[in-house]
Amino acid sequence: MSGMATITDTIKPPVTSVGVLGWLRKNLFSSWFNSLLTIVALWLIYNFVVGLWGFVTTANWNVVIVNLRLFMVGRYTLEQVWRVQVSVAILAFLLGASWRAWGGIIQQIGISIAALFVVLALLAFETSSRVYLAANVALIAIGFGFAHLVRSRGLLVALWIASPFVIAILLYGGVGGLPIVATDLWGGLLLTFALAVSGIVLSFPLGVLLALGRQSSYPVIKWFSILYIEIVRGVPLVTMLFTAQIVLPIFLPEGMTVERVVRVMVGFTAFTAAYLAEVVRGGLQAIGRGQSEAAKAIGLNTIQILWLIVLPQAIRVVIPAIVQQFISLFKDTSLVAIVGLLDLAGIANSVISQKEFLGLQNEVLVFIAAIYFVCCYVMTYASRRLEKRLGVGER
Amino acid sequence: MTMEPTNRSSAVIPFWRDVRVLRVVAQVVFVILILLIGVTLCNNLTRGMAKFTTFSFDFLTSTASLPLAETTIPYEPHDPMYRAYIVGLLNTLRVIVLGIVLASMLGLIGGIARLSSNWLVAKIAVVYVEIFVDTPLLIQLYFWYIAGVLRLPRVRDSIALPGDIHLSNRGLTMPWYDPNANFGTWLAVIGGAVVLAIVLSIAFGKLRQRTLARDWRALWSFLGFSAMVVIGANILNPFTVTVPELKGFNFEGGITLSPEYVSILAGLVLYTGAFITEIVRAGIQAVPRGLNEAARALGLSYVQTLRLVTVPLALRVIIPPLTNQFLNLAKNSSLATAVAYPDLFFVGGGIYNMTGQTIQVVAMMMATYLLISLTISVIMNFVNARFKLVER
Repeated sequence: MSGMATITDTIKPPVTSVGVLGWLRKNLFSSWFNSLLTIVALWLIYNFVVGLWGFVTTANWNVVIVNLRLFMVGRYTLEQVWRVQVSVAILAFLLGASWRAWGGIIQQIGISIAALFVVLALLAFETSSRVYLAANVALIAIGFGFAHLVRSRGLLVALWIASPFVIAILLYGGVGGLPIVATDLWGGLLLTFALAVSGIVLSFPLGVLLALGRQSSYPVIKWFSILYIEIVRGVPLVTMLFTAQIVLPIFLPEGMTVERVVRVMVGFTAFTAAYLAEVVRGGLQAIGRGQSEAAKAIGLNTIQILWLIVLPQAIRVVIPAIVQQFISLFKDTSLVAIVGLLDLAGIANSVISQKEFLGLQNEVLVFIAAIYFVCCYVMTYASRRLEKRLGVGER
Repeated sequence: MTMEPTNRSSAVIPFWRDVRVLRVVAQVVFVILILLIGVTLCNNLTRGMAKFTTFSFDFLTSTASLPLAETTIPYEPHDPMYRAYIVGLLNTLRVIVLGIVLASMLGLIGGIARLSSNWLVAKIAVVYVEIFVDTPLLIQLYFWYIAGVLRLPRVRDSIALPGDIHLSNRGLTMPWYDPNANFGTWLAVIGGAVVLAIVLSIAFGKLRQRTLARDWRALWSFLGFSAMVVIGANILNPFTVTVPELKGFNFEGGITLSPEYVSILAGLVLYTGAFITEIVRAGIQAVPRGLNEAARALGLSYVQTLRLVTVPLALRVIIPPLTNQFLNLAKNSSLATAVAYPDLFFVGGGIYNMTGQTIQVVAMMMATYLLISLTISVIMNFVNARFKLVER
């Protein structure tokens, strides 16, 4: 274990207390009970690895390859798929720019995603997709260079805030000669992301308003907010989606119809707003009274106090919690499969039930579980790092 | 708004700057706004509803004609709707109650494993948490149901586990205790045992007051109680044990949990257990080392330290997030519908399909789930009040 074979006058520690052996002894076999645990654990791992090996060697990934487009974009019009690709490219560019501007955690995410693109490019079967993936890696680099030249974080923040709206318009179309792709055609990972991002973006202002409402000194507004938040938090998300899907149309004026995806988005927004409100309330409570009193003393009015003093600090404190909320929303988007939408989970369900893919459910489920896992794991990791950096809980 | 020089000498504030007036006006405006939205929606609603249905709960007494695979109370498809709804509710409660118990146990074991000095055990716990926390529950349920339980061998080739438990595509079959004629008598014996425990507790309390002996009340009450219950059970034999036996194409005897129930329960327990693992870990880590060491230095035994210092302090941190997880489990039980387990949401959807009574069905479901959530909250708040820091 060591290269120190030279003669020294000190007695070396016994071989059993240092190095690999010492580590094993200390961490795995320190007592008879510990040894027993180790043996049981090894047996579990052995069984798991054997099972996994059996699965990996016999898996037939054809089902994923054949349906890859379905998994990614659903039934999005084939000729228009370039719009999805452009959207991804925009995000790649912004990611590269943010990598240069902020570094830290975004640098790590940037590296991971670039690496992911490279691996996918190596795995890809068609030259066109290889070129596309390589172009995305290049775009990350271009974004990096752009931020290096421009050096304006404010501009980047503005671009990030604008990006969901730009991408939404790009994907939906109807502007500047772009044909409309109805949201009912959206599916797979595209729909999953669309639901998660729209859910968090649209529910954010609503959640902030509800949080403020809950703290309001106006009893009517306060009780309305409390009632709303507590009712929504007390019922399962599926009942909200069910409501959005079948009750919402009844309340609409005659002749007005709303696409199913939009209805579900409304459900998600109404649902997430209540949870975000509680998150933001935590932030508001973390800001001392002194802040708003001082602001009042220097003559700011209520709106200025909120906008300039309280909200920026409160939201900064709860950024990790908001990321957590986004992660749980991202996982929850799978529930739209229950009300019959074809997101990633819905597509998986419909592929599994096709006769030609009989018996390939493991491959399909492992594939989509892996997609969810990678996305959630990256975000969880980012949120943990952010938490450390913002020093929440240490102030 | 900038600071305008105002005439401070005037005592009369114009009403549009009077805070008291503004407060009332703001709230009235808010109420009117909400009412306007409500009235508009209701107008649309009545216009829409007028076409096909009337608003009433009469449909609840009509024939359900809804076949349900699993029922805890006797139920036939020609029973009324409300009975079907109750069946769904009971099925949901069956999942929630057992789920909460099992998930807590798993989370406790996981949390301790996560902090184990055994490196391998700690790492297994980490991997378990990461995998189950970072994938959607629905996918896990599909996995347990479609790729797991449904793919198990037929009854004839069922997987036998120790303790006469059999896993097959018909579900999980295990020995069961059927209460027999003596069961009532045994319940009476349990009642007697409770009385005995109370008597013992009082008696030893008196003894302690006189002699200043160590406090053994809890131990003696427990011993007296369990001795009476166990001896009673041995004499009376209140249960008939039935062991599953393969007869023809199916098991006879024992109890069989359906594949659907096993999937939703396993899914919920493993998913929620992963979250509880992290909560338990955080709770135990929140107890400062120094406190444990101080307790040991004071001469408390290891068990006493655990019972009097570590656990109460850890519980104080654990209970609030644990309550949240219990609520999540209760709400997530509605995903049972994804594995075709006839829970509340499943039956509610069925009733909606049969009757088309949208608003009523949705309102009933939401109210029921709210009631369940509220019950859990109340119970957990009561538990929390017992453990929380007593402040002056």
